[in-house]
Amino acid sequence: MIAMMKEQTHIIAAIVEHKPGVLYKVSNMFRRRGFNIESISVGPTEQRDLARMTITVNGDQKIIEQVIKQLSKLIDVIKVSKLDPDNIVTREMALVKVHTSDARAKSDVINYANIFRARVVDVSPESLMVEITGDPDKIDAFINLMKPFGVKEVARTGITALSRGAKSVKIEE
Amino acid sequence: MVKMPGAKALMEALERQNVKEIFGICGGAILPVYDALLDSKIRHILMRHEQCAAHAADGYARASGRPGVCMATSGPGATNLVTGIANAYMDSSPVIAITGQVNTFSANFSYMIGKDAFQEADIIGITTPITKYNYQVKEASEIPKMVKLAFYVATTGRPGPVLIDLPKNLQTQNDEMEFTEEIQIRGYKSTIEPHPIQVKRAAEFLLKAERPMVLAGGGVIISNASPELLTLAELLMAPVATTLMGKGCFPENHPLSVGNVGMHGTSEANKLILAADVVLAVGTRFSDRTTGKLDEFCHDAKIIHIDIDSAEIGKNVEVDIPIVGDAKGTLKAIHQSLVHRLKKKESCPWFDRVQELKGQLQDKADTSEGSLKPRSLLTELRKMLPEDAIVTTEVGQNQMWAALHFKAYKPRTFISSGGLGTMGFGFPAALGAKVACPDKQVVDIAGDGSFIMTEQDLASSVMEKIPVTVIVLNNSMLGMVAQWQRLFYNRRYSAVNLGNIPDFVKLAEAYGAQGFSVGSLSEFKEAVKKAMKSEVTTVVDVPISSEEDVFPMIPAGSGLQGMIEG
Repeated sequence: MIAMMKEQTHIIAAIVEHKPGVLYKVSNMFRRRGFNIESISVGPTEQRDLARMTITVNGDQKIIEQVIKQLSKLIDVIKVSKLDPDNIVTREMALVKVHTSDARAKSDVINYANIFRARVVDVSPESLMVEITGDPDKIDAFINLMKPFGVKEVARTGITALSRGAKSVKIEE
Repeated sequence: MVKMPGAKALMEALERQNVKEIFGICGGAILPVYDALLDSKIRHILMRHEQCAAHAADGYARASGRPGVCMATSGPGATNLVTGIANAYMDSSPVIAITGQVNTFSANFSYMIGKDAFQEADIIGITTPITKYNYQVKEASEIPKMVKLAFYVATTGRPGPVLIDLPKNLQTQNDEMEFTEEIQIRGYKSTIEPHPIQVKRAAEFLLKAERPMVLAGGGVIISNASPELLTLAELLMAPVATTLMGKGCFPENHPLSVGNVGMHGTSEANKLILAADVVLAVGTRFSDRTTGKLDEFCHDAKIIHIDIDSAEIGKNVEVDIPIVGDAKGTLKAIHQSLVHRLKKKESCPWFDRVQELKGQLQDKADTSEGSLKPRSLLTELRKMLPEDAIVTTEVGQNQMWAALHFKAYKPRTFISSGGLGTMGFGFPAALGAKVACPDKQVVDIAGDGSFIMTEQDLASSVMEKIPVTVIVLNNSMLGMVAQWQRLFYNRRYSAVNLGNIPDFVKLAEAYGAQGFSVGSLSEFKEAVKKAMKSEVTTVVDVPISSEEDVFPMIPAGSGLQGMIEG
């Protein structure tokens, strides 16, 4: 009955109480049950006392089902939705600090940044910092391009996502 | 709105929840609460170890169905509760734990949360994975609401422990308190009606079943669904096996009862569940001790799984018909959709098979007794105790012998640490059960290894006049571990020999309790008789052979068909 189930990345949106300790309860549940968080981003919502967590998880259907049920079971978690990958906007932001030893390297990096619609946000004699936004693949591709120059530091936000159209993951007040 | 200090508000909120007893130990960070306790109607039972306070609250809850409350100070007081809280969590028991905490603020920034103050422990961090909910109070005015919420969450849905951490400065802080009856938690749904389509589908499966079988777990006891289970099982002519947690939910002297299933289940239960074509599992989480090797468990049967916790469905066993719902309501709904379509049978080949298997075991049981064998001791004990007597167990061989040979007839009369397997649980749980049900006989079936872990609370049983009976099946061994070493480690005994100490009679007497050591079955009966009439706790020391094994047994990692009958 159990077919070989495919592992893939799923994006889960959770609306939670916006108060201290809730992120701990959520991350602790993942750790204790042996689920892996690929990335998590947390921020306040349009309702002041609620926060939204966007969690990406790798796993087969059975694991994702358990993740959603165990998340929903937490009392400070109010609503959990699995976002449909075919009908979704996902974004991630990254800050990338690239080693640029000379003017030529600088101009190359700036050119690449332009192609990727990224922005240079800081300059020093030996480095450039680039801000890039997009889906994770785009950011991976950009970072790979920067490697030959020497990537000094990367800070990524993790994925955040909303489903397309008028429907929303929201709590009625 | 009334102005009062936090500690007083706590007591008032607890009284409003109808709390009559609290098990606990005082300490520095909870002094104001203990001071307010003196002015309340609540009886405090001073335990000798916080672990016992939590187990007693747990035993209280399981025996009565009402939430049990335990209380401790910050730091070590709180961390000592942890085993008891974890135990209650694993077995879905409504325990409320209240812990003192160091100050949220102090003028000189010492003795304050986050500064590693004296007796500070992050009990919220520690108990997050072992509580249904926990909360550190931030403002004194939150206390009434948080207490209300704690009881609501602990006792509804799938019950579980809730911990409230109460900083010391909030206990003394005067604040406007509002005692509301209304409570709303937007992330929590407590009542779940079974989906009618799923109920109908389950009924169809059961209607067609030739060999239906019920697997009943602790959820049946929690939701008081024993009458509904009995009605449905009789209509279906389905044998009823229970998990360890479910023991007592179905009368074990009923022709359809086949005892426990699983690692130390009865031979007939393990054989029948493998032969069944439809298994109705209700209020069970398919623990590894119940199922054995998962992919061999009821491989060819259709499985209907009823549980109030949707996360339990599909967690361990893939099922054919999941029903998220309360056991009582769901069993009733299934019965209703069957009762007009199914004629109650007097007999059928499946029922005959059940009786045949049960008969085989009876024949085996009635011979070879006479000496101090666990089976004969427990059979005698059953004959002596009233039907509604409450039995608790420790963990290990004593527990499995009790599960196999002590028949439970009523729900909430067999109380055991199922999920966590906590040695030392039975005695304090017995004290809690006796406090909850003072008119019932309460007996802890113990082993020497387990009893020694919490025996210091003989002191609280004597001081607080909570007379229970402890029967120590004394093999001077950590018996279950020794059994595994005997069977699977070529008799290489490692760290299991406890020696012939202590003298349990003297130990009991040292605390002002009563102790007997017995050398024969008749002496055993005499001692139990005296214990039942005694006004103090009685310890009955029963020396048994250290080579005695618990059988049947399913070796760890094996499927149910790998049963060793012994």
